[in-house]
Amino acid sequence: MRAVSIYVWAVAMTIGASTTVAGPATGDVAAAACTSCHGKDGAGNAEAGFPALAQLPHKYFIKQIADFKSGARTRTRDLHVGDSEASEGYGYYVSFMKSVAKALSAEDAEAAARYFEGLERPTLVPVAADPAVIARGKQLAVNGDWDREIPPCFKCHAVDGRGVAPSFPPISGQHAAYTERQLQAWKTGSRTNDPQKLMKATAEKLTDDEIRSVAAYLATLGTQSQGGGK
Amino acid sequence: MKKPVQYLFYMLALGVITTSCAKQPATRTTADTLPVTAPAPTQDTSGSARTAAPAASVAGRGEADSKKPATAKFVPPSESAIPKNEFGESVLLGKKIFMNTQQYAKRYVGNGLNCANCHLDNGRKTDSAPIWAAYVLYPAYRAKTGQIDTIQSRIQGCFMYSMNGTAPAFDSKEMTALVTYHYWLASGAPTRVKMTGQGFLQLPKPAKSPDLARGEDVFKNNCVICHGANGEGTKAASGEYAFPPLWGKDSFNWGAGMHRIDTAAGFIKVNMPYGRFGTLSDQEAWDVALFMNSHERPGDPRFKDSLEATRDKNHDENCLYGRTPGQLAALLEKKAAKKAEADKAKARESDDKASKERTTPLWDGYSPATAH
Repeated sequence: MRAVSIYVWAVAMTIGASTTVAGPATGDVAAAACTSCHGKDGAGNAEAGFPALAQLPHKYFIKQIADFKSGARTRTRDLHVGDSEASEGYGYYVSFMKSVAKALSAEDAEAAARYFEGLERPTLVPVAADPAVIARGKQLAVNGDWDREIPPCFKCHAVDGRGVAPSFPPISGQHAAYTERQLQAWKTGSRTNDPQKLMKATAEKLTDDEIRSVAAYLATLGTQSQGGGK
Repeated sequence: MKKPVQYLFYMLALGVITTSCAKQPATRTTADTLPVTAPAPTQDTSGSARTAAPAASVAGRGEADSKKPATAKFVPPSESAIPKNEFGESVLLGKKIFMNTQQYAKRYVGNGLNCANCHLDNGRKTDSAPIWAAYVLYPAYRAKTGQIDTIQSRIQGCFMYSMNGTAPAFDSKEMTALVTYHYWLASGAPTRVKMTGQGFLQLPKPAKSPDLARGEDVFKNNCVICHGANGEGTKAASGEYAFPPLWGKDSFNWGAGMHRIDTAAGFIKVNMPYGRFGTLSDQEAWDVALFMNSHERPGDPRFKDSLEATRDKNHDENCLYGRTPGQLAALLEKKAAKKAEADKAKARESDDKASKERTTPLWDGYSPATAH
């Protein structure tokens, strides 16, 4: 994780530097800034913890950039030494994305949103996972658990988690670690920019084990997502 | 209530209602679509985990409703318990039709809805007109149809009104599969018993008369993200509705139970906003139900002669069919005042035994839908 940290900060510096030196970046440059971490194919990077962005609905993408920039995506609090969020948790990624988002103009964000929305959802390399874990995750994603008022993921994020533009992003084919981190962030109150607290309300009802299971299951659905399609 | 803007609202609402009804062809037969609106107990959330084996026990609800018939707490069987045989295949087809009516019973559907849009958790969820609870109440006499309805004719009603379509024949494969799915979900349930969570929650009348402007605020703050700014629903990339339209041409018609403000309020209170269940106040649920049901939707298939005649024959004061919201509010206020007076008189003259008898005795001759 330490190597990754250095890497992402280096990228952040580069983006910052390029916009400062070259003046307002064009859309292409902005998209390039994103693809250096999230991939030209928008597949993200599982190892580094960068999410897949392909097919994110345009409006959702723009909102996330704006929320990173303004700080709305996360609860405001001081990170301290030894805080897991400060080193490699949710807060760490948010701080990084904040600096990236600040370097983007509205035009840049617009261009990047269009770029990623137009990509095919990539096929992820299958990750070895316990079939029992996958089955548990599938049960939650497809049927939820109504005795605990946990709705199925696919009710809002569409069949097979393909997403429903503009507000519900595709969740299938996402790296398990990323999905888990977001669900935990909602659960613990670190991520706060879900509309009407819909994700907080759901994540709060999930156990850590269930969060891991559902994230693992969604990662296995690595193809054919259509949520951001126009 | 007296702002010019609100009068404009009322006029617009009357306009759309009139338009929608005027478009109606002449008569169709009466049947019912009404998601069951019998007096329902309050929600029991102390559900236990779903088990493979169906379990039912008849138990009183432990509340001050000992006068009600015993209600059963019931857990429908889990999917893994569907038999792997011909019967099981019919159950599975029934479930498919229920979840994706658009695809599997397409020729009977005239709007953009699926059964599961109103019967949550594929017909399992309590206070969401669970179909295992409906199944055990039929055959039953219903005032709406004026006849003994079987589960088949009840389901036909759903197609004619809630699905704004046509009734599948009793012996059609769709009907057979749907009835089989109902029957299987009711595995082990007692018959002719009003079960806990049956129908929709009967929400107590709100403190203030439901109000359009407040309802619109509730709608904007809670519903638009899924159902769209104009209640038009949201389609997924596949072209199918991911979130159902609440009014307009692809929604339920003026004969469907959900067009009733009281039914909609009870549904909304328990089941919406999806994922933040039960977070609206009773008042908010009533207000937004009024707002939703003040809009244009496909007309009542029972339309005959005139809007007024159809209203007087088939609609009571719980909906905006042939009435402006202003007229409705006045009616409700009048009724509430009358009831308050009656209650007062009752309380004065009798002991607490009489005052506890608020609930209409349900047995015998209990009808799942007393109105329309």
